[in-house]
Amino acid sequence: MAVATAARTITIAEALNESIRLEMRADPKIVIMGEDIAGGAQVEHLEDDEAWGGVMGVTKGLVHEFGRERVLDTPISEAAFIGAAVGAAATGLRPIAELMFCGFLGSCLDSLLNQGSKLRYMFGGKATVPVTIRTMIGGGFRAAAQHAQTLYPMFANIPGLKVVAPSNAADAKGLLTASIRDDDPVIFCEHITMYTLKGEVPGGEHVVPIGKAAVARPGSDVTLLGVSLTAVHALNAAKTLAEEGIDAEVIDLRTVSPLDEETILESVQKTGRLVIVDEANPLCGLASHIAGMVASRGFHWLRAPVGMVTAPHSPVPFSPVLEDAYLPNPKKVVAAVKETCSSAS
Amino acid sequence: MNLSQDQLRSMYRTMVSIRNFEETVKQAFAKGHIPGFVHLYVGEEAIATGVCSALRASDTITSTHRGHGHCIAKGCDMNSMMAEIYGKATGLCKGKGGSMHIADVGKGMLGANGIVGGGPPLACGAGLTSVVTGSGDVCACFFGDGACEQGTFHESANLAAIWNLPVIFVAENNGYAQSTPASYHCAIENIAERAASYGIPGAVVDGSDVFAVHEAAVEAVKRARAGQGPSLLECKTYRHHGHFEGDQQTYKDDLYKSVSQGKDSIRDFRALVTEHGWFTSEELDAIDREARQAVEEALAYAESSPLPAVEEVTSDVYVSYP
Repeated sequence: MAVATAARTITIAEALNESIRLEMRADPKIVIMGEDIAGGAQVEHLEDDEAWGGVMGVTKGLVHEFGRERVLDTPISEAAFIGAAVGAAATGLRPIAELMFCGFLGSCLDSLLNQGSKLRYMFGGKATVPVTIRTMIGGGFRAAAQHAQTLYPMFANIPGLKVVAPSNAADAKGLLTASIRDDDPVIFCEHITMYTLKGEVPGGEHVVPIGKAAVARPGSDVTLLGVSLTAVHALNAAKTLAEEGIDAEVIDLRTVSPLDEETILESVQKTGRLVIVDEANPLCGLASHIAGMVASRGFHWLRAPVGMVTAPHSPVPFSPVLEDAYLPNPKKVVAAVKETCSSAS
Repeated sequence: MNLSQDQLRSMYRTMVSIRNFEETVKQAFAKGHIPGFVHLYVGEEAIATGVCSALRASDTITSTHRGHGHCIAKGCDMNSMMAEIYGKATGLCKGKGGSMHIADVGKGMLGANGIVGGGPPLACGAGLTSVVTGSGDVCACFFGDGACEQGTFHESANLAAIWNLPVIFVAENNGYAQSTPASYHCAIENIAERAASYGIPGAVVDGSDVFAVHEAAVEAVKRARAGQGPSLLECKTYRHHGHFEGDQQTYKDDLYKSVSQGKDSIRDFRALVTEHGWFTSEELDAIDREARQAVEEALAYAESSPLPAVEEVTSDVYVSYP
C-alpha cells in the first residue's frame, strides 16, 4: 500500500496505521502483537486484508503487507504477551504491543510495573527495553467503568516508563513514530472517541519529539492545559472565551512523562493564570501534579488559584446522563476559566 | 552418556562453585555483611548445571529470586556477582539489583526475578526474538513450584505452545512455596502433567541427578532448536536451607529433612565418575580447591570494592529522559 509523500487530511486511526507501516518497512525488528491485531488468525476463508486489524481497525491491512510472522494475533493473555513484548525488547526486537483498553492493565500490571519499567535500572543500565505499548483511554463511548478509564497518571507514576497521549492526527503519527524509535518503554495512549478525528498529516516520515508540549493556541489572559481529548476541549473552550473577551493560551501537553515543565511555566509566567483539564481521576493525578509543580516553581507568577477540571473520584458510570456529568467538557472548562479570571489579584 | 571429559569437568566445577558460593554467601549474610535478604540454591545445583550445560553461549535463561546458581551455570563472573550481592559499584548491576535482580544480559542471563512467575512471559519474548531473527537460540525459563500456580506460567506455556517458541520451561519443584507445601498448593502431584494441557512434552526428572537433568534438557533444547516448540521439564528437588536466610524452617517435616539430607548431587556425581574411572578423587579434590579459591577471591573482591556513588540513584532509569 502506497503511503502519501505530501500532507493530506486523514483520521487519527489512519495516521497511526501509517506510522506503524512506515516503521515496519524500515526496521525488520519491529513486530506488532495484540488481541485481533491482525484478526482472524488461521481462519481459512478470510483474506488478510479483510481481517479486523484490531478492534478499532487501526492496524488494518498490516498483516497483508508484513505477514503473520510480524503481525501477531495473541490469545487473551495480557500477562503473557505484554510480558513477552518486554522480553523480546530486552533481547533485541522492537515490539509494539496493543493493550486493547488501558483498564486491562489489571491483567498485566506486573509486566510493566516490575519488569519492563525496571529491567534497565535493576540491571545497572545493561538492559534496553525498546517496547511501545499502544492502549486506549477515555470515556464517551458508554463503555462504563472497566473500558473507559484514563490511566496515564498511573503509568506516569512508574519510573522507567514514558507516557504519550496525542490530541490530533499529525501528532498521533509523529509521536507514535518517536515512540517506536525510542529505546525506552513507551505507553502510547489513544483516546477511544478520537480515532475518526481528521487532521492534516505530513506524508512520509514524520517525527514529533517525546517530552515536548505544544502551544496549540497563543493567548495572554489564562493558560489552559489539556492532553489528548482534553486538549481539544481546551481549544474549543478557548474559542468560546475569545468571544467573551478572554484570550486563552492553550497548551497541549502531548507527553505526560517526561513532563515539559518549562513550556508550562513559560506560559504561566506570561498569563499568571492556569486551568488544567484532565480526564483522569483527581487524587494523585496529572492535574494535581502540575498544580503542585507550578505552585513549587512558579507560585510568584500566579494571580489566581490554579483551576482544575477533572473527572470526579469515582469509576466511569454507564448511563449517558451520568457519564456526561463525569467527563470534562468545554462548558466546564469555560466556567472554570471564568472563575479563575474573576479571582482577585 | 555422550559427555566428554571436559564437559563432565565443567559440570562438576559448576556444581561445586555454586555450592561454595552459596555457603559463603550464607556465612557473610550471618555476619551482617550482606544487605537485604538472600535465597540460597544449595541442594538444587544439579538443575541449573544440567540445563545450562545443554545450552550454548548465545542462548538465554530467565531466573528466580533463588538465582545465584543459574547465574554461575550460565557463566556469570563470580567476582561481579558477589560484589552485586554486597551492593557494590563493581557488581554485575552496579549495586542496583542485588541478589534478587542479579543479571548479565550479555551472558544471556536475563535476570533473577523478585516476582514469582515474573520470568515465563519474558522467556516467551526471548523465544519470539529467536524466531523473528532466525538466531536459533533457545531460552531456558527456570521457576519454582510456587510459580506454577501463577497465571503467568499458564498463559506463557500456552503462548509458547501456539507460537511454537523455543522455550524450555524448567520447574524446580523443591516441595515448598515459601513455607506452603506443594502437596497443598498444587492439585496434582506432578507439575509436568500440565504439559498435556498445552499440547507440549512434559517430563519429570530427579533434580539431584545432574545426568538425568542434562539428558532431559538436551532433548528439550534439540526440539526447541529444531522449531518443534516448547517443553516442560519438572525437576524434583530439595532445598537444603530455608526459603530465605534466617528462615527457621519449622514447616519442614521429618521425611523432607531426611530425604533432603540424603540427596547430594555433588556426592552422587563423585561416586559415579570415580566408580567408572572417569576421574580420580584427587582430580575432583583439585577442582574443589580451585572452586573454593575462586569463591574466596570473589568474596575478597566484593568486600574490597567501593560502594556506588550516591549520584547513581537516578542514573540508568531511562536511556534518555530530558
